[in-house]
Amino acid sequence: MPKKLVDKDATAALPRRHFLTKLWFGLGLVVFGELAWIVTSFLRPRRTSPLAGDFGAIVTAGPANGFTQNSVTAFPRGHFYLACLEDGGFLALSRRCTHLGCTVPWISEDQQFVCPCHSSAFDIRGAVVRSPAPRPLDIYPITIENEVVLVDTGRTIRRSEFRPEQVAFGRGGANKG
Amino acid sequence: MTSPPERPHSDPGFFNRIRLSILTDPVIPRTDAERKRYLFRNLVLHFRPATVPLDTLRFSLTWGLGGMAAVLVLLQIGTGVLLKFAYTPTPVAAYASIQSLVADVPFGRLIRNMHHWCAHLLVLVAVLHMLRVFFTGAFHPPRQFNWIIGLTLLSFVLLANFSGYLLPWDQLAYWAVTVSTGMLEYVPWIGFAVQKVIRGGPDIGPATLRIFFAVHTAVVPILLFLLMGFHFWRVRKAGGLVIPHAPGEAPPDPPKRVPTLPNLLLRETVVAMALIAVVMMLAIFFDAPLDAPANPGLSPNPTKAPWYFAGLQELLLHLHPLFAVFVLPLAAAAALLTLPYLRYESDTGGVWFASRTGRMAGVITASAALVMTPILIFLDEWLTRPGNRFSGLPAVIGNGLIPFVCLLAAMALFYRMLRRRFSASRNETVQTVFIFLLAAFSIMTITGVWFRGAGMKLVWP
Repeated sequence: MPKKLVDKDATAALPRRHFLTKLWFGLGLVVFGELAWIVTSFLRPRRTSPLAGDFGAIVTAGPANGFTQNSVTAFPRGHFYLACLEDGGFLALSRRCTHLGCTVPWISEDQQFVCPCHSSAFDIRGAVVRSPAPRPLDIYPITIENEVVLVDTGRTIRRSEFRPEQVAFGRGGANKG
Repeated sequence: MTSPPERPHSDPGFFNRIRLSILTDPVIPRTDAERKRYLFRNLVLHFRPATVPLDTLRFSLTWGLGGMAAVLVLLQIGTGVLLKFAYTPTPVAAYASIQSLVADVPFGRLIRNMHHWCAHLLVLVAVLHMLRVFFTGAFHPPRQFNWIIGLTLLSFVLLANFSGYLLPWDQLAYWAVTVSTGMLEYVPWIGFAVQKVIRGGPDIGPATLRIFFAVHTAVVPILLFLLMGFHFWRVRKAGGLVIPHAPGEAPPDPPKRVPTLPNLLLRETVVAMALIAVVMMLAIFFDAPLDAPANPGLSPNPTKAPWYFAGLQELLLHLHPLFAVFVLPLAAAAALLTLPYLRYESDTGGVWFASRTGRMAGVITASAALVMTPILIFLDEWLTRPGNRFSGLPAVIGNGLIPFVCLLAAMALFYRMLRRRFSASRNETVQTVFIFLLAAFSIMTITGVWFRGAGMKLVWP
């Protein structure tokens, strides 16, 4: 009997109604939250497992003594260059220019990587020779197992400058051992 | 017995009954009263007012730009739907599907060319429309919020263009999108995450194409279309367009009005027909480019962003990326969005370039910017290459903060000088600063498109 309710306690009905309004409002927010959650999880980039030898996997570059000093070898499928420095140390350099992501070719006459997009240049260690590139080429971790060079292209290392500890050495490779 | 009701003389026949169930009015209205009713009862036309102020029909007020943009969007939807039947959105098949579209599908090349040229024209027309609205003061109340909607529409047009750019999956597409999405890395904090979401992974690949295809063919068209309705509705709510008048004179009050049909619709049809003719000519005589298939291992030299981003790319050559792709664009967007909400001395709606002073200041400023910008580009090119501007300082400061602060200081000084020395009103001052930046950006866009060659060095086109 609604009439009786109103008669009995008109003031009590108001807070109850406020509470219900708030409840509806809160439920509405929950619905929006759920929608946002569903849409963002739907659209989130998925992790795909790369094929062996492709970018993202551990790439076997070859025997450590198979590279001549001061040379750069391209691994197109792995998206990197293996640089063998003059002291026999190795660096796995990303082929992406750190400026805007163009692919940098190795110009062997100049001993430089030169970006065709905005003419940034990098030396054999990936260090910036000419701007606008803001930092050296990214590198990938190298492990040398049984004198075979392995490059983990799934883990990109950004660096602000070239440091000697970034270079990996095989057993035969000079002083560091 | 009552006789059956006699068939009235005017009882329509079968086919006429079908016609009358769809349309009760005459197919061709002949009197003004008929025309008004026709407009009111027609689904497509009923969002137009029955009458419009005579003076707003002047071609030199609008140049038909808003109508052109609407026509181009319709053309894009028409050609785009057709193209969707011929295109395969996977990296392996996309390029070949475009080749077969051009070579084998009847009228395939024409439709693709039309879509291509309409897209470029749409960016151009939308920007010109924005300039027309700004320079005729059509952003004052009650049109403030429609300026914001217009800016959003412009950004959707750019997004549509940019997402469509990748679809052919040729070298041009692949590297322009690589460079453009590469710019995101310089946005602090969220740049990398946003880039990864847009690319669907760390690199441009199948996921990127899928995302761009969905955005280009569903997300943007739907949002664009809805927002267009909103834009038109706000024009109607503002009482139509600003009424053009000479500086110092007041617009006639109340303005003389004429029926929309035929006066406005006829003019709109003429503009639409002329525009479609231009699009057809472009599509017949100039092919949309199709470069070699995308090769992620080989960046072409030079790699250029699409022309509407060429100004930004030119800025990137001179400034640190943090400032070129983040601070400056953000500042520009914020300035554009706040433009209608500044406190102005007068409502200059309907007066080209606000006033006589505004016109003079505009011409002088534009000329100054047209001379100064190339000089600055040359100076930067020859004096400070290679290396950083102030060697020893970090690039962010030497190449970014110092030039940015200098630019801000120059603009502030310019603003004060206009206000104090020339006692310009705020309408005139804001407009003059806008013209300066617009002219400078146009020069940079032109430089980026035509005067940059291999290695992004300055060349003669």
